[in-house]
Amino acid sequence: MQARKELTVAETGLPGEVLPEHSEGPRAFGWWGMVWLIATEATLFSLLFGSYFYLRFRYGPIWPPEGISKPDLVLPLVMTAILWSSSIPVHIADAGIRKGDQGRLRWGLAAGSMLGAVFLFMTVGVEWPEKLREFTPATNVYGSLFFTITGFHAAHVLVGLLVSLWTQVWAWRGAFDERRHLSVQNFAMYWHFVDTVWAFVLATIYLSPHL
Amino acid sequence: MTAIPEGDWRAEVKERLEAIWGEAPGLGSWIATADHKRIGMRYLYTAMAFFALGGLQALLMRTQLADARLELLDPETYNQLFSMHGITMMFLFAMPALSGFGNYFVPLMIGARDMAFPRLNAFGYWTLLAAGIFLYSSFLVGNAPNDGWFNYVPLANREFTPGINIDFYVLGLIFLGISSTGGAINFIVTILKLRAPGMTLIRIPIFVWGELAMALQIIFALPALSLAAVLLFLDRTFGFNFYDAAAGGDPLLWQHLFWIFGHPEVYIVALPGFGIASAIIPTWVRRPMIGYTYIVIGELAVALVGFGVWVHHMFAVGLPNITYSFIALASFMVAIPSAIQVFAWLATLVAGRPRLATPLLFVLGFIIIFVVGGVTGVMFASVPFDQATTDSYFVVAHLHYVLVGSAVFPIFGALYHWGPKMTGRLLDARLGKVSFWLMFVGFNVAFFPQHTLGLLGMPRRVYTYEAGLGWESHNLASTIGAYLLGLGILVTLVNWYWSKARGVPAGDDPWLGETLEWYSTSPPAHYNFTTIPTVRAREPMWDQLELRGGAQPPEEGGRTLTGGHLTLSTSLLDGRPQAVVHMPQASPWPFILSLTLMAFFYALLLQVWVVAVVAVLASAAAVAGWFWPRGQTQET
Repeated sequence: MQARKELTVAETGLPGEVLPEHSEGPRAFGWWGMVWLIATEATLFSLLFGSYFYLRFRYGPIWPPEGISKPDLVLPLVMTAILWSSSIPVHIADAGIRKGDQGRLRWGLAAGSMLGAVFLFMTVGVEWPEKLREFTPATNVYGSLFFTITGFHAAHVLVGLLVSLWTQVWAWRGAFDERRHLSVQNFAMYWHFVDTVWAFVLATIYLSPHL
Repeated sequence: MTAIPEGDWRAEVKERLEAIWGEAPGLGSWIATADHKRIGMRYLYTAMAFFALGGLQALLMRTQLADARLELLDPETYNQLFSMHGITMMFLFAMPALSGFGNYFVPLMIGARDMAFPRLNAFGYWTLLAAGIFLYSSFLVGNAPNDGWFNYVPLANREFTPGINIDFYVLGLIFLGISSTGGAINFIVTILKLRAPGMTLIRIPIFVWGELAMALQIIFALPALSLAAVLLFLDRTFGFNFYDAAAGGDPLLWQHLFWIFGHPEVYIVALPGFGIASAIIPTWVRRPMIGYTYIVIGELAVALVGFGVWVHHMFAVGLPNITYSFIALASFMVAIPSAIQVFAWLATLVAGRPRLATPLLFVLGFIIIFVVGGVTGVMFASVPFDQATTDSYFVVAHLHYVLVGSAVFPIFGALYHWGPKMTGRLLDARLGKVSFWLMFVGFNVAFFPQHTLGLLGMPRRVYTYEAGLGWESHNLASTIGAYLLGLGILVTLVNWYWSKARGVPAGDDPWLGETLEWYSTSPPAHYNFTTIPTVRAREPMWDQLELRGGAQPPEEGGRTLTGGHLTLSTSLLDGRPQAVVHMPQASPWPFILSLTLMAFFYALLLQVWVVAVVAVLASAAAVAGWFWPRGQTQET
């Protein structure tokens, strides 16, 4: 990236008044943009979970439907551990760049995306093929719900990984410092959101049929 | 970046700002522009074009129904027309027109140089246009959506509607949802963070509150529609079973999801219209709105309670009575905050000195029509009445009174009130009055008899009816009224295009308005304001005489921000200056992204999966181009 002029303040035209040129957190437009994007996404997921329970209780007493066993919990719990642990390096990266620590930023993002990629592979490459031997989305409404909800979440992980990759490219090119790191902050917020949603996917898809 | 120059500082500041914010004419800048005013105008013109199309569909239907057993339209064509009429008026006319006024006037009314995310704004427009073209291309293949604007399953399942009609519907609405969601986020952040210094929460113009309430509703309501559409797409295309009762699904899920969105949608269309009324009234009665706080709380309360009433669209479905009781209660309740606003308007009209010019006439027409629609709305909140009249023409009359009242009349009033600001020329006043009376009389002649028709038992959505049921005269009156209404609309459209070129020059503030849009020139400069004002009152143009000069001088708190492509960021509650923000430059990427998305949706429609994958990759590349860091602009 090209060298930037070192400007920390800009004059507004009021005699003597200077204001900062860069913002972060709740002072930045972009931060609020991400907050409202997450708000509408959270609504989408809530409705999806609401639809699951609506269809489940309208279905009848036997859930999952006959011929489908209750979901095995070992793999999902391993996946949970992997995904949730990915939030830690992402947080380290986010907190690091606020102090200007390029190393923590780069390695934190790299470790976070590695864990996220493992999780995604376990969903799409291990969990799905196993389930597909038992049922498909077209089998019945249970199959539709299972693959739609896990698929929605996996798609969000995939988008998060792409954004992470993008942020990492610019991190290695030195685009961020202690004043300019809104992109990192926004990515971290999104990633934590996707991790949080997983708690509800786990509870809905995997735990609730055992109740 | 230097101190204020000596001498005629205004001219010098303007020259510098023009150099920074100006846009060269030409195709490149036409596609790439991120100027909220150009984008707002486009929203408005596009909305009006779709309004004309939706209106023509209505006239065709009314002509078919003018007498019993006419054969102008066959049943299938009629189904497509009433479906596309509803979809068009809701999604391609009312929402874009109200977003258009919001885009144009929110930054002006809060004293900002642009929206918070100018490129997202451009993207919202291009996506709206692309989705509109996508939906309308269904007519080219003779397969327009034909199951009504609420598209109930199981009729809309593949089994019963095998054509691609419904695929156009679900994909078109998902596509439009992207546009509306981006726009909503943009409005919220703009209103929270870009207000001029000193514009505390209680100094925000009511119109801006209306747009904020609309945007909040979109954020929390639209996902329901998008989800319903995605699930139906999966059902129809890949054989999923969400709405298929035989495989454990449930058709009622569609109704719930649709109306969880669909009822707030009514307020998404109505609340900005209320806001327009509250923007027009003070100027034309020469006094501040009475009950500002109550109006604002009323708008937000309507927005909130509007989420709890969706089941009143399903009173005839056969749900448990206890559900109906709760929903009926909430539906009665929604009348209270709405009525508070009506009484505040009436009180302001009585306390002020009304001048019955065209903008105010349209507001009065709005109040009368909306109150009639509100009263029949309260009737529908009562379960037994609803069950007796459901799916009859009474419903058609009610919903047109509510929606035409709260959206069309305020929008037309706003054309006369704000048009001079946008074009720099006054609209013809006589034509304005002619248009209003034609529309007001025509509307009532068209829709009042439909109440009676409904009570006489005429069902909605039938393409014809038998003679001898006593329906002919009411239907004929309704058709005549529809043509009068159409003529009135035509008069305003002609007036607009004629006045835009040949009207009397308006000057910067023809009506001596009270809010900050009148602080800019007519039409506003690319940079909106010579100085970003410091606000000290709720009606700044009335209470701060230094604003009348068109540029608040720095000693009064006016900020020039000539150091770059800058706007001011202020604190959320009390509008204290916090930072200057480098705004993004114009960019072709939003336009390109909307094209790649359009290719993606056509690929899904035609089930060409290779093209869909390529379009996704191209979209990702367009996003990368969009967000490529450049120098000093804000990072997102």
